[in-house]
Amino acid sequence: MLISEQKPLEEILSYLDGDKNIFLIGCKGCAEGWGSGGEKQVSEMKNTLREKGKAVTGSVVVDMLCDSALTRLKLRAHKKEVAAADSILVLTDGAGVQTVAEVVDKVVHPGCNTLSSGGGHAEWKEAERCLECGDCVLEFTGGICPIARCSKHLLNGPCGGSQGGKCEVDASIPCVWQQIVDRLAKLGQLDKLERVVTAKNWSVSLISGPPVKRFP
Amino acid sequence: MKTKSNLERVLESRIFAVTGELGPPQSADSEVIRRKAKILKGHVDACNVTDGQTAVVRMASWAACLIAKEEGLDPIVQMTCRDRNRIALQMDVLGIAALGMNNMLCLTGDHQKFGNHPTAKGVYDLDSIQLVKMVKGMRDEKRFQCGEEMAVEPRLFIGAAENPFADPFEFRAARLAKKAAAGADFIQTQIVYNVDKFAEWMKMVRDIGLHDRVGILAGVAPVKSVGAAKYMKARVPGMDVPDSVVSRLQGVPKDQVSKEGIKLCIDIINQVREIEGVAGIHIMAIEWEEAVPEIVEAAGLLPRPKLVT
Repeated sequence: MLISEQKPLEEILSYLDGDKNIFLIGCKGCAEGWGSGGEKQVSEMKNTLREKGKAVTGSVVVDMLCDSALTRLKLRAHKKEVAAADSILVLTDGAGVQTVAEVVDKVVHPGCNTLSSGGGHAEWKEAERCLECGDCVLEFTGGICPIARCSKHLLNGPCGGSQGGKCEVDASIPCVWQQIVDRLAKLGQLDKLERVVTAKNWSVSLISGPPVKRFP
Repeated sequence: MKTKSNLERVLESRIFAVTGELGPPQSADSEVIRRKAKILKGHVDACNVTDGQTAVVRMASWAACLIAKEEGLDPIVQMTCRDRNRIALQMDVLGIAALGMNNMLCLTGDHQKFGNHPTAKGVYDLDSIQLVKMVKGMRDEKRFQCGEEMAVEPRLFIGAAENPFADPFEFRAARLAKKAAAGADFIQTQIVYNVDKFAEWMKMVRDIGLHDRVGILAGVAPVKSVGAAKYMKARVPGMDVPDSVVSRLQGVPKDQVSKEGIKLCIDIINQVREIEGVAGIHIMAIEWEEAVPEIVEAAGLLPRPKLVT
């Protein structure tokens, strides 16, 4: 079970700045269980965004968003609504956000922070997708996580060891920063990488040790 | 002048700068540092001391720098994020400034997997760009990363590295711009063997005006043997060694290879000097410091301006 909580509304709205039409995605699995992005929260977010002057082109709550085949199938039924949107807001943990980024060529905003995997690791068995860092950065990295997938957790990558799309540490590891640059280039959003990303708050991460009680 | 750095003074006066590199020993032997420092003295404007390069345990950069300074060099302390979190980094920054160091090169660091303690836990609390930004904040705003103020700031000339030969190539100049924006004063590049590609990168750098904002020192290094060239070509991440380099070394008798390696290095220096925006060279003759005086002299870069720190 991936444990997540919604990011503060101001932070979410700052991500959506400049986007008028939004498509909303939630998940009936972990996100519903933790009240961060199930049917109820997606419906609430729909109203909130409308109050804030956004148009919601549509929404879907997928049974298991981290299952990319299922997500691809579900989104097919919402093709027009997704196409009409400037970007997609995903109210789930980092694994779900990254699934959507993988199946849709559209800007994906994370609406939640992932606090813990709670022992499980979603449906992505071949590679770790979320390190439950508690302060999701997917907004700035094209929906692909450098914390989980860069050997040095770089926030301002790629380092000098990226060659031919591979990480210097091992040829079996794809360079996630190459993937991030490729995806942002495809979306016409390379300018997102011009900003110097400041030092991360690791205190909300499990990497820094057992967390202060953050969830019930 | 932001600092008392001799390198800053040389770059400000628009003299083509020369920096060297000194590898500290895998022991507590201070004589190794003194011997290498004596070779480099008078031939470089400042000298890097590596910080656990390739993740192998060696004498701490700051400690070896202190010895090098006693021998009359202006040392550049290398500082990696691999082994220190933001607390340790800032403590070391204060310490090296208090010891009279003037320069610091901010690096993410070679991954621990490559070294002699591959089971170590890497830190990577910050990356190199965040480290540059933090040191600049300490120097220019007298503030720690947390925002608290300090009484006496560390006056360090801030450097960063860049690899023009890594991928994605198109993004490399943009990444350098981030380092400049974060506060880097000078840049030392990965070793240049592929001059054409380096020139292409420099063009992208000039197109966004970066050469006016940071002093760019092109990395160069003599190759000692055909084997070393082949090894770098095949095995060292982020290195671009064209076939022409290997074949040039193969084209001379075995006892002439190291001489040819030095000649090649001098040729590359002469070529990169001609590229607009290159402010100097950084000679990385690790474990071959003896080659540096010959290279600097043959490249017509002597005498060096009198060292002032």
